[in-house]
Amino acid sequence: MSKEVTIDTSGIYYKELNEQINEIIKDNPDLERITLNNVLGQRFIGNGISKNNLTIVINGIPGGDLAMFMKGPRVEVYGNADHAPGNTLDEGKVIIHGSSGDATGHSMRGGSVYVQGSVGYRSGIHMKEYKGKTPVLVIGETAGDFLGEYMAGGIIINLNIQSEDTEFVKNSMLGTGIHGGVIYIRGKVNESQLGVAADIKEFKKEDLEKITYYIEDYCNEFNYSDEIKNKLLNSNYTKIAPISSRPFKKLYTPDIR
Amino acid sequence: MCGIIGFMSKKGRLIKGDKIAKALDSLRDRGNGEGSGYVGYGIYPEYADKYAIHVFIDNTVDFPQIKSKVEEILQRYGIIVKDEEIPVDDSVIKKEHISWRFFYEMDEKYAEIEEDKIVEMVIEINSKIDGAFIFSSGKNLGVFKAAAWPDEVAKYFKLDTYEGYMWLSHARYPTNTKGWWGGAHPFNLLGWSVVHNGEITSYGTNKRYVESFGYECNLLTDTEVVAYLFDLLSRKHKLPIEYVIGALAPRFWKDIDNMDDEKRKICEAIRMTYAGAAMNGPFAIVIGTNQGLVFSNGEVDNKNDMLGFTDRIKLRPLVAAEKDDLLFISSEEAAIRLICPELDRVWMPDAGKMTIARFEE
Repeated sequence: MSKEVTIDTSGIYYKELNEQINEIIKDNPDLERITLNNVLGQRFIGNGISKNNLTIVINGIPGGDLAMFMKGPRVEVYGNADHAPGNTLDEGKVIIHGSSGDATGHSMRGGSVYVQGSVGYRSGIHMKEYKGKTPVLVIGETAGDFLGEYMAGGIIINLNIQSEDTEFVKNSMLGTGIHGGVIYIRGKVNESQLGVAADIKEFKKEDLEKITYYIEDYCNEFNYSDEIKNKLLNSNYTKIAPISSRPFKKLYTPDIR
Repeated sequence: MCGIIGFMSKKGRLIKGDKIAKALDSLRDRGNGEGSGYVGYGIYPEYADKYAIHVFIDNTVDFPQIKSKVEEILQRYGIIVKDEEIPVDDSVIKKEHISWRFFYEMDEKYAEIEEDKIVEMVIEINSKIDGAFIFSSGKNLGVFKAAAWPDEVAKYFKLDTYEGYMWLSHARYPTNTKGWWGGAHPFNLLGWSVVHNGEITSYGTNKRYVESFGYECNLLTDTEVVAYLFDLLSRKHKLPIEYVIGALAPRFWKDIDNMDDEKRKICEAIRMTYAGAAMNGPFAIVIGTNQGLVFSNGEVDNKNDMLGFTDRIKLRPLVAAEKDDLLFISSEEAAIRLICPELDRVWMPDAGKMTIARFEE
């Protein structure tokens, strides 16, 4: 019975690795920390693990769908993640000390994903809220196009730390098809950068209150100085939210019931 | 799905084929064992100025007849300097086709239209000779592919016995058409080699477009047309490479409207002139290029380059990385790190824009 286990994952196929992790969790009910060294491309790490007070440390480059369906654990990645980390995450926290690929935070319905660097295209796609759960995706640097595509709930915060809050961001098709949830972007957004169904709303005091906790928490996770934290908290944000909860209503046949 | 990885030494350093095979094998889950392939540039230094023609010939009793039909067409325009079976280890996979290579020299009288003649012969052999098709026809390069897993194809063709300065590879997950040897990537014509992850949903339009210029699509898969589009736009029409990419993955009209006058006129002209070449659907493509690539600033590259690009709305992944003289393009960063753990720079290229590796002079 151990509290900490370390695995050298060199050359271990993803399926075996994930089976091994599940066995370890089963055999060690008091387990608090699994460290995976030399991770290189193994997919689905943390997939479906339902356990609180467990930290999974990943040293290396995990493959796609990291922490998929996960409920509870904290995952820390020291490296870049591939596509869709946090896919359908239920509870827990994914901290990526690097960048991540397309569709980061895909279909999250709870928990949080913090990315220190940039994320690929379609991040936050299909994020949704579920009962009392609100998923949160915080992006340190830039995001690819289609951020928050078909978003149905939750919060995306794109900090664009490297640029000034007076600059226009580069991404376009922001919030295409969004019908719930909210996207906060540090910096300016032109109407032409919005996707269909997305709207720019006034960034109010309650919005700042809503994101303050996450910005503070994000800065603590990545050890950012108070100076950076204050800069982020005192920045201008653009709030993007849905035009309506059913933007494509007109495209469907009328309800004939 | 589908997995892609390619790399190039910008200094022309020769690297053994086992490296690319190792990297591609790590992407095996992006394929399904129904097609894997490699292309190495610079692998035939002894015959560097000859066309290296790789042909699959059916492994049946008709083999000698089919082979002599191929020879007959080749000998019409030039001479076969050397020919032999490509060495294979047939304990790895079933030898469905015999892979034959011809080192070929075109008759001097065709010097002006040499490449056109090669294209013509490739089309003729692939469409007219039953049981034979050419899958590689460039100089100092060679494609090796089969309907099997990445490691099997590498072992079968003894990839570790070749050295090249640029390698492209692909693990296939066939979706719309069956997996077979000819359907595996890369697709090659002259110096162009194409590997592709995704679907060209505009295939019908693109096929009809290249067919109107005499190309014939015989390989039962969408990617083939990309090689012909490149040959047509870049080699035949001599479009600068930036405009070729602009034709295949055109800028959106709404973006064109916001451009300055000169750029807008060029983009409009390309969209209108090359409407039949515009590719739709999800794709990430990496291409080994022909000699004589032209750039819009007037520069001409006389060596092979490697370039990668995705569809405009980025429905497929593409990662690029650099380490010293090496430039990598892949579907996943992990595949790059497997063969080069320490990288100077890793980035995800913007959708619809090309990333290019060129030789350093």
